[in-house]
Amino acid sequence: MVGGIEISHVNKEFTNPQGETVRALHDVSLSIAPGDFISLIGPSGCGKSTLLRLISGLISPDSGSVKLDGGDITSPGSDRGFMFQEHTLFPWLNIYDNIAFGLRARKIFRGSEKLVDEFISLVGLKGFEKYYPHQLSGGMCQRASLARALVGHPKVLLLDEPLGALDAFTRMNMQDEILRIRAEQNMTMIMVTHDVDEAIYLSDRIVVMTPRPGKIISVVDVGLSHPRARGGEDFLAYHAKILRLLNYTISKPEPDYYL
Amino acid sequence: MHKLKSFLPVLFSALALITALALPDSPLHPEAQAPFLSYVFAAVLIVTAVLFFVGLKSPRYTKKYTHKAPFCCGVLAFLTVLNILTVKTAILPVLYFPSLDRVAGVLITDAAFIGKCLLYSLRLLITGWVCGAAAGIFTGIAIGVNPGARYWVYPLVRVLGPIPSTAWVPLVLVSFPTVVSASAFLIALAVWFPTTVLTSSGIGSIQNSYFEAAATLGASPGYTIFKVAVPAALPHVFIGLFNGTTASFITLVTAEMLGAKYGIGWYINWQKEMMSYANVYAGLIVMSITCYLLITFLFKFRDKVLIWQKGVIKW
Repeated sequence: MVGGIEISHVNKEFTNPQGETVRALHDVSLSIAPGDFISLIGPSGCGKSTLLRLISGLISPDSGSVKLDGGDITSPGSDRGFMFQEHTLFPWLNIYDNIAFGLRARKIFRGSEKLVDEFISLVGLKGFEKYYPHQLSGGMCQRASLARALVGHPKVLLLDEPLGALDAFTRMNMQDEILRIRAEQNMTMIMVTHDVDEAIYLSDRIVVMTPRPGKIISVVDVGLSHPRARGGEDFLAYHAKILRLLNYTISKPEPDYYL
Repeated sequence: MHKLKSFLPVLFSALALITALALPDSPLHPEAQAPFLSYVFAAVLIVTAVLFFVGLKSPRYTKKYTHKAPFCCGVLAFLTVLNILTVKTAILPVLYFPSLDRVAGVLITDAAFIGKCLLYSLRLLITGWVCGAAAGIFTGIAIGVNPGARYWVYPLVRVLGPIPSTAWVPLVLVSFPTVVSASAFLIALAVWFPTTVLTSSGIGSIQNSYFEAAATLGASPGYTIFKVAVPAALPHVFIGLFNGTTASFITLVTAEMLGAKYGIGWYINWQKEMMSYANVYAGLIVMSITCYLLITFLFKFRDKVLIWQKGVIKW
């Protein structure tokens, strides 16, 4: 089994437009087992997206190391699929060519045409191959973008709030879709999200982060079997636990009147 | 209402024809070979009358036509006013404003020679345009993707680009072996500048997430340039090509003054010096129709290439 990530003592600083130095990540260590579904959750500025981009190789750490199956990550690569918050499909390519982009870029498209069709079916876009992104809804574009990230058989799939821009119902459908694909493809998945319920619904483990400086404060194992009941008792217990970790206490609202 | 609208062109062409035939010509105007304008009006009268009667039978068919009816009337009215101001009353100076019959006469009798001039011009224009567009796209991509090229070449583009091509004439004349190559160079220069600037700015304005997506999909830098940067910048490239094309028409007339043997710009200048303004207008008409067709062709080509933009951007 491949797709294990080892992050050790990573520091990353940015200079913001005002010229101040922001410590996006401070001494972050995390070990992710192959095949795990991990969610990174926390308020804005906690460095969760930075951590994801470090794993993708789009940025490199100031100090510390990020390893994939023991090898240092130095640049982006097709062994780590990335799904962005916006779909980032290329508007000049139709859905088929968008999904085939990575295979063509790596010159392995010949002979794997079937693979493209397979993944188009997997995300439920059969019949839309010839459509351009602007002709499809946001949810369909995100499906295409998921297929594009998956078609090269990455060891790790990185998801940067991929469902953030979708409406609540499309979002829940896509969450089920991701779980279904995960069961079929069996790869490591790491997702950044703002949504506590989404994290609990999908993840094996939830990494809770806090800002200034960005660091991991807790890793919560979600011990629920799939399919998980949204709003079930155990589910809500995890919800409360994570909010407590993030210092949002839940107080019962005062009733309007007493009998 | 629709019936009235589709009848108006019939009325206007009839009035235009009556004006052309019934009013006496001013003796100041030299006689044309034939009443070409009356032929045109008569032809228009027949066509509009046929359209009108077809429209009475099937109203659905006329919808498109009636939309254009007021414009058709406007053109007929303009030609009639011009006809009255020139050959009928000689209110406009006779030397500079020849009768429309004489302009049409030139177009017919001088067609072979004007055609030859047009072919020479097109050869020059297309040679220069293709070289300029290719060089512009190449320079634009280099500046857009390579910091070194941006550092060294971009200032050069900024300094050399805005100089009008006429200003280059003294230098170009001594640097090129033939007049044709010198003229083609001037046109290429006129196309090169806007194409370069807009190609590089087009690449510069591509959102970074496209490059990031390409990188995470395993695309090499070279592949990313040709499969991401260039297609994403194409809408800008076409604006550059459009600006370059209009600049190339202006430059063509200048370039043909360098001592061309034939050419539509040269023809217009030559006839102007001969004071035969009927020929000047004939040349202008041929030139404007050619430019119109070339721009239309460019637009059609753009619509085909940028089909993915349909409904996204209109210009």
